[in-house]
Amino acid sequence: MLSKIIPELGHFALILALLMALFQALVPMAGTLTRRPLWMAFARPLAGGQFLFLAIAYLCLTASFLLDDFSVAYVANNSNSMLPWYYKTTAVWGSHEGSVLLWSLILGGWGFAVSQFSSQLPRDMVARVLSVMGMVCSGFLLFVLVTSNPFERLLPNMPQDGADLNPLLQDFGLVIHPPMLYMGYVGFSVVFAFAIAGLLGGRLDAAWTRWARPWTNVAWAFLTVGIALGSWWAYYELGWGGWWFWDPVENASLLPWLSGTALIHSLAVTEKRGSFRSWTVLLAIITFSLSLLGTFLVRSGVLTSVHAFANDPARGTFILVLLGLTVGLSLLVFALRAPRMSHSVGFNWLSRDALLLVNNILLVIMTVTVLLGTLYPLLLDALGLGKISVGPPYFNALFVPLTVLLCVFMGLGPLARWKQTSGRELFKRLAAAGVAALVIGMVAPLLYGGEWDLWVSLGLVTALWLVLSLARDLFDKLRNASSPGAGVKRLSLAYWGMVVGHLGLAVTIVGVTMVSNYNVERNIRLAPGESAEIAGYTFAMQELRERRGPNFIADTATIAVSRDGEHRFTMYPEKRFYLARGMPMTDVALRPGLLRDLYVAMGEDLGDGSWAMRVQFKPFVRWLWLGALLMAVGGVLAVVDRRYRRVKRRAEQARTADAAGLEGARA
Amino acid sequence: MNPKRKQRLMIVLGLAALAAIAVGLTLYSLSSNINLFFSPEQIAKGEAPLERQIRAGGMVKEGSVQRDSESLDVTFVVTDYENDLKVRYSGILPDLFREGQGVVVVGKLEEERLMRAGQVLAKHDENYMPPEVAEVMQGKMPTDTLE
Repeated sequence: MLSKIIPELGHFALILALLMALFQALVPMAGTLTRRPLWMAFARPLAGGQFLFLAIAYLCLTASFLLDDFSVAYVANNSNSMLPWYYKTTAVWGSHEGSVLLWSLILGGWGFAVSQFSSQLPRDMVARVLSVMGMVCSGFLLFVLVTSNPFERLLPNMPQDGADLNPLLQDFGLVIHPPMLYMGYVGFSVVFAFAIAGLLGGRLDAAWTRWARPWTNVAWAFLTVGIALGSWWAYYELGWGGWWFWDPVENASLLPWLSGTALIHSLAVTEKRGSFRSWTVLLAIITFSLSLLGTFLVRSGVLTSVHAFANDPARGTFILVLLGLTVGLSLLVFALRAPRMSHSVGFNWLSRDALLLVNNILLVIMTVTVLLGTLYPLLLDALGLGKISVGPPYFNALFVPLTVLLCVFMGLGPLARWKQTSGRELFKRLAAAGVAALVIGMVAPLLYGGEWDLWVSLGLVTALWLVLSLARDLFDKLRNASSPGAGVKRLSLAYWGMVVGHLGLAVTIVGVTMVSNYNVERNIRLAPGESAEIAGYTFAMQELRERRGPNFIADTATIAVSRDGEHRFTMYPEKRFYLARGMPMTDVALRPGLLRDLYVAMGEDLGDGSWAMRVQFKPFVRWLWLGALLMAVGGVLAVVDRRYRRVKRRAEQARTADAAGLEGARA
Repeated sequence: MNPKRKQRLMIVLGLAALAAIAVGLTLYSLSSNINLFFSPEQIAKGEAPLERQIRAGGMVKEGSVQRDSESLDVTFVVTDYENDLKVRYSGILPDLFREGQGVVVVGKLEEERLMRAGQVLAKHDENYMPPEVAEVMQGKMPTDTLE
């Protein structure tokens, strides 16, 4: 009997979570205004309660999926009794309503994490931060309950079976891509809340940055992994072999990543030097606003995109209002309070401060160009000036030179000193790295491809410049130590984070360069007994047969791959036909490798026993995602640095001092 | 001028110069990379330019898809059920490409009503209709339901 009312329980839990969020938004903030510690102390338990009820609601929806309760509209539209159980649990976020619920759950989770790991924070700061997060969560829970309730019932005419999960989403990539991406998107709400709380409380000092930095880095690392997973998923799941399409939805995730990258660097300057304060706060606001913008673009259906699914315009309006309120109010707070926080610290033109400033400017320019290319078609359409789309050439034309420029400065940054650095010394340390990068980068395409290519050289020189300048810095740091072991020990984890993160970008650049320039793609007709040669490999189709899966039937081809007349391995691409939706799907056969991927996808049955096949040779494609993983690892390494834990200890000492009534003495 | 002011002025000038370059580059590449959308009706009226990359959309006409028996060349007709546009394409069509479904094609008009497509887009979700196509089809009914 209980199982019949699970959706109602979930709905009820969601309403309770909204109430908790509203209280969390109002009570602690009122407490800070009226200086009532009791009210401020409401923040932590409310954050916990909100997360608890969100988790209950989420579990109820999962249970409805597992129990095949097709009287719930969302389950009926996105599941099917034949769907394997693991896809039933992930189908929860397979469509709009569940995605937004997951978004809210993760937001609640971040809020809960802040409430748990904030023992070193002053009481009023915790109250303000959690209150701001409560406001954001209230907005989203209202959105869920008003426009996209996942517990909506289809009674009394409930369907016999569900419409099934979109086959594209029945895949491991989908299991982890959205949660990772949301962890990143939503994670930026924490630094946003810290920024607003700092502005309201009038404290944006070094301590503030030390609180905000770890949260920002972790969110950024999640977003990095999320974007990489999305790219990887598109690569093997869509059957085109593309890894980035400059599709508006991809851009929507890239925007907060770019401004988030600027933010983590600007936070570094604020922490080390106390400068760029207002700028850092503004970036925090911008980054979270871009996350919300991304949510709006994806969830409102205003986009023509490969990601676009059927959507309801009322939802778009709601998120747009939410976005407008968040941006408007936070910029208002910024305008009113930021001038008081400004604190200028002088620095020379050639210094790490200046180089990081350049980094920030370039990243912001990149953000603006992507934003412009993404929103321009929407703007023209809204003004009734025609329907246009902006193609990849636009983005490539701007993004490539900006990235190269960014990397030039990235090579200099880590070796420069704060405040002032001698140009001669910098030149002396980096001349060798620069020359080596130029020479190797220029020669490499000759050796690999047999002929010189400007774009390959440009990419490789850029990547090598990053790697070699880092190597030089590392070498200098270790050379001055008594022994290499002692030198390594002396380097902080934050430094290693920087090294690994920057290395990651170099690896990604190598991947992008190689796969963009040396990719071999051929569309061929192939019948059993026929073969084709691509990039030195011979692909022979041996057999075509039919196969039955749990909820699909498939045409499977057996492709024997040989090289120099010698059999290497066999690949099995498939064209699946999902029964419930009557939807065909390409299941790609991949042979991954560090230096190259082989990619075979079945196109369509040409009727006479042969199939159109898409065969590709993709050199270094794995480096794209490997680099992104390294970047994420770098971001996390920087967070576990000792100094963030030392702060905690210092704060504990301060608290005991407080308790002993030594406040005055300490000041 | 004191050094601090001078530094500030340099920052502002530098920023302005960078911004100007960025805006210039952006507008330039934007203007050369915009693909305008045309409906079969507009193309039939001759409103679309020849030999320039455009996008067109509508429904794939029933019975119009023809595969060449030797190569991967294919021709089909995109229609709003009043005006037709013939499309030539070479390669693999997307999984959800079907007769009677909405598609968007990207390519150049070789002559009036004949398009050489470099890209054919059908969407991920069988219930989804590209917004442009939905607009094109507004008020127009497939002929077979009228009969």
